[in-house]
Amino acid sequence: MSDIRLEGVTKRYGTFAAAEEVDLSVTQGEFVTILGPSGSGKTTLLSLIAGLNRPTSGRIFIGGRDVTNATAQERNIGLVFQSYALFPHMTVLQNVLFPLGVRKIGGAEADRLARDALKLVRLDGLENRRPSQLSGGQQQRVALARAVVFKPDILLLDEPLGALDRKLREELQVELKQLQRTLGVTTLLVTHDQEEALSLSDRIMVLDKGRTQQVAAPTEAYLRPANRFVAEFLGIANFVGLPDGRQGLVRPERVRLSTNGAANDSGKPAKIVEAIYLGQMVRYHLALEGAQSIVAAVPFLGTAHVPGEQVTVSWESADIWPVT
Amino acid sequence: MTGSGIRFIAPLLVLMVVAFNAPIVYMLGLAFWEKGRGFTLEHYEGLLETPVYLRVLGNTMRIALIATIANVVIGYPLAHWMRGLGSRARMIAIALVVLPFWVSILVRTYAWIVVLGNGGLVNRFLQWTGLTDAPVSFLYNELGVTIGMANVLLPFLVLPLFATMIRIDDRLLQAAASLGAPPRTIFWKVYFPLTLPALAAGALLVFILCLGFYVTPAVLGGGRVPMISNLLDTLINQIPRWEQASAISTILLIVTLLIFAAYRRLDRKASA
Repeated sequence: MSDIRLEGVTKRYGTFAAAEEVDLSVTQGEFVTILGPSGSGKTTLLSLIAGLNRPTSGRIFIGGRDVTNATAQERNIGLVFQSYALFPHMTVLQNVLFPLGVRKIGGAEADRLARDALKLVRLDGLENRRPSQLSGGQQQRVALARAVVFKPDILLLDEPLGALDRKLREELQVELKQLQRTLGVTTLLVTHDQEEALSLSDRIMVLDKGRTQQVAAPTEAYLRPANRFVAEFLGIANFVGLPDGRQGLVRPERVRLSTNGAANDSGKPAKIVEAIYLGQMVRYHLALEGAQSIVAAVPFLGTAHVPGEQVTVSWESADIWPVT
Repeated sequence: MTGSGIRFIAPLLVLMVVAFNAPIVYMLGLAFWEKGRGFTLEHYEGLLETPVYLRVLGNTMRIALIATIANVVIGYPLAHWMRGLGSRARMIAIALVVLPFWVSILVRTYAWIVVLGNGGLVNRFLQWTGLTDAPVSFLYNELGVTIGMANVLLPFLVLPLFATMIRIDDRLLQAAASLGAPPRTIFWKVYFPLTLPALAAGALLVFILCLGFYVTPAVLGGGRVPMISNLLDTLINQIPRWEQASAISTILLIVTLLIFAAYRRLDRKASA
């Protein structure tokens, strides 16, 4: 178990900067997610920490040790790929035994560790299957077991749930979180899925074009984003004009709808353009005066507004967050 | 469907049976049938009693084995090297490997005479560097035949092996590295086992082709390195003893079929 520290990490390919002056500090046992669109440099960053790649400049520390120029083998890192990267010619058990064999742990000791790891990801009983005989979710669990069986200092997850369908992904999110808590291992996850980032992490690092946009707790980043990019990447963002000329962010679930005229001073007349039923919620796309549009998310309690209906929208001034 | 389909392919089937299968069966039958006496195994007994036949058979097996091993030793590193190339350099490398396919086997074999002859490129180079005083004889012996066969057959090993190697996901190797495996372990525990079925299948294919080789031993061996095909040529065109040739052919066919069965099994494993 260790902490991770990046100091001014930069990776350039020719003139293109995949990562530019990135600083990050992950404390021991913390679960941090690097979130960004594709091409933002998040996978580059992970491969630099894993030692599959060397930074152009900057330093990387794991457990206080400078590993900037250490090979992947020397770093004692558990790495899980989106594509699972299981060895197809080995059984499930042999896959999990592999990192132990490399560390000269063999015999009954290795067997016990491997079986414990497989039990942890609820795959006991499938030890002698080949990876090709398992479902995607099971394969990803094997990859997880293989990545934690040797008690790595840190765990790196590269879009580990990206190849799975939605329901399975949500199940595995819960399991992943529990596993991480049980092991207490410092974990860094890379994803482009903002829901995954918000639900799993202690903190989120939002990345765009190789640069850090914000590092904050999920609620903080969602409600008080550092800039417009973070505001829009983490969810639906309504921007309203503020008296001082700046723009303010109002999240859809903070927007209130009423039909009985102006309930309070800040109320504005609006017309329902579209009503999208989402099960627990209804999402309304509304048109305000002056061609401004607003999205509101309202709990569904039996009835919904219909397109064309005139309503009044309002929000508390405390729900507005000024962004630049 | 099958009923009407048969009508269209029937002429071809008849042609195959009459022009190809029947002569083979007749040829194979020659060894078992003596005019006026009926079934006999005496030609096979004759084979066993004449040491020269067995020696040629053994010779063929040995040369085929050495040429196959030479192919593996050269071809595996070559295919592995090609895998690591950039896409442009890789195209060029593939073209260079495939190029000999487009050149007649006879031309290629004669080209080796220019290269390996007493006044050839290799000998002139060896003498120029002072490694030898007198020319080394590469031609008209087993060495020349082996070199020639290894050259001709190299693409048969390299191409399928290369195809398997580029299918290996780099992330598997990265995963192994991240799990702490040193490069040597990654190669022997992950990379090599994944290429082994293709390597074995390619080697068997090369071995089978070696067994039936005619042109290269004839030209580069200069008649002094008899392999089975050359022996068959002698028995059919010069002596002629067709019954004996038939018996040898049958044995060659059975050995080849056995190896081919092994090849099919491995090939299925390699593509699975």
